[in-house]
Amino acid sequence: MTSESAFIDIQDLVFLRGERRIFDGLSLKIPRGKVTAIMGPSGTGKTTLLKLIGGQLRPESGRITVDGICVHELRRSALYDLRKRMGMLFQSGALFSDISAYENVAFPLRVHTKLPEDMIRDIVLMKLEAVGLRGARDLMPSELSGGMTRRVALARSIALDPELIMYDEPFTGQDPIAKGVLVEMISKLNRSMGLTSVLVSHDVPESLSICDYACIVSNGQVIGAGTPEELQGNPSERVQQFLQGKPDGPVPFHYPAEPIAEDLADGAQR
Amino acid sequence: MMDRLATIGRGTFDILASLGRSSEFLLRSLVAVPRPATGLPLLVKQIYAVGVLSLAIIVVSGLFIGMVLGLQGYNILTDYGSEQAIGQMVALTLVRELGPVVTALLFAGRAGSALTAEIGLMKATEQLSSMEMMGVDPLRRVIAPRFWAGFITMPLLAMIFSVVGIWGGMLVGVDWLGVFEGSYWANMQASVDFGEDVLNGIIKSIAFGFVCTWIAVYQGYDSVPTSEGISSATTKTVVYSSLAVLGLDFILTAVMFGDI
Repeated sequence: MTSESAFIDIQDLVFLRGERRIFDGLSLKIPRGKVTAIMGPSGTGKTTLLKLIGGQLRPESGRITVDGICVHELRRSALYDLRKRMGMLFQSGALFSDISAYENVAFPLRVHTKLPEDMIRDIVLMKLEAVGLRGARDLMPSELSGGMTRRVALARSIALDPELIMYDEPFTGQDPIAKGVLVEMISKLNRSMGLTSVLVSHDVPESLSICDYACIVSNGQVIGAGTPEELQGNPSERVQQFLQGKPDGPVPFHYPAEPIAEDLADGAQR
Repeated sequence: MMDRLATIGRGTFDILASLGRSSEFLLRSLVAVPRPATGLPLLVKQIYAVGVLSLAIIVVSGLFIGMVLGLQGYNILTDYGSEQAIGQMVALTLVRELGPVVTALLFAGRAGSALTAEIGLMKATEQLSSMEMMGVDPLRRVIAPRFWAGFITMPLLAMIFSVVGIWGGMLVGVDWLGVFEGSYWANMQASVDFGEDVLNGIIKSIAFGFVCTWIAVYQGYDSVPTSEGISSATTKTVVYSSLAVLGLDFILTAVMFGDI
């Protein structure tokens, strides 16, 4: 991959949360117009990575550029302008709970454009049609199922026709049908709208089935990257442990602790 | 000894840091003047939620407080044979003190806690984050209208409280206990000064409105986005607002009526 085709370029990213180093010199390129999956065990900061790309968090050091623009050096207003070109699908959907599905999708249009009401209506209905929920437009978020919530949220994040869309754990907690629908929709949207998609997930089969390019993040660094086929053939034990879901291996089953014999002996002395 | 000093120092730093953060938060949400076309509907919606929906508790409490004042005042004043002064007593107590203070306490419990819980829950369900990612500043979109709504409605609620209380005092004093209606109103008119009493009362409630709403929106925005976090933020809103109102009331009273 050449650097011109990279839409997002992360170099030597260091990010701390308290004392803990979440990212320690992470470098990553996300190609334009492709679906990239970022995978890794829970708690490796995958969501944090998306927030860093969106400029909601600032890195300790390193550079993150989106389409050649360095995100964390932007002034507030420029950052908000850049975000209009990004869509993000939150894990919970994050729909505004006091307005209907229709109004949720209309929200970014009303705030950022001066389109007349009938045009907003057309766009909203088209976006809802794309996720198959045109008929559910008058429902309130509390009346939607988990899968439907995510689809409405997806319609909302593509309302402004962004160039980049980030999915935060889109498959977690979904039933098989909803998962299938989301898998289908993510790849369809990517092809039809020419988007760059970033997918953060730990659902290996679903992610690998739709991504063009995948990388595995663990302990603050990229431990494996490439196309799904390249990744399957990756010799690294840590990569294989993650892909095959082995309970023990380089990523240990036990949380670090003193040897159990000492721990039990301590109890006996008390 | 050193440990204790360190603890005190750390505590002081924490307090100063949170004061700083909350001031910056307030400044950032209030600097921008929104376009009337987008800002006004948001503000009206919040005035309804914060103000109109608090009317019931304000009116009922005002009525009872006025009635109790009438009853207690009558009992004390008859001892001196001056029960005609009951109107004056009820009105001054309400306009100067009880109107602004009790309204602010009720407001903190009714509207402040609701604001904190609402904003905290919006944070916990990532609604604030998603707004940021859509390029909309939640401070301007969510916080500012709520803050202004509280700031605007508090003095209005306090005035309504005082008016209803004065009427409640009349119900008890005049209609029930038989004080002459003319002296109830005439004594009140003669002794309540607009600048000295009414205006100072309004200034108090403006100050309380500022402080209570600030605490409520900040606690919500700064809450830890978990169920425990929101519950503790709501509690803090009510406790801090009540303490701030009572403390501030003493200071304002000393400045306004202290004649030092």
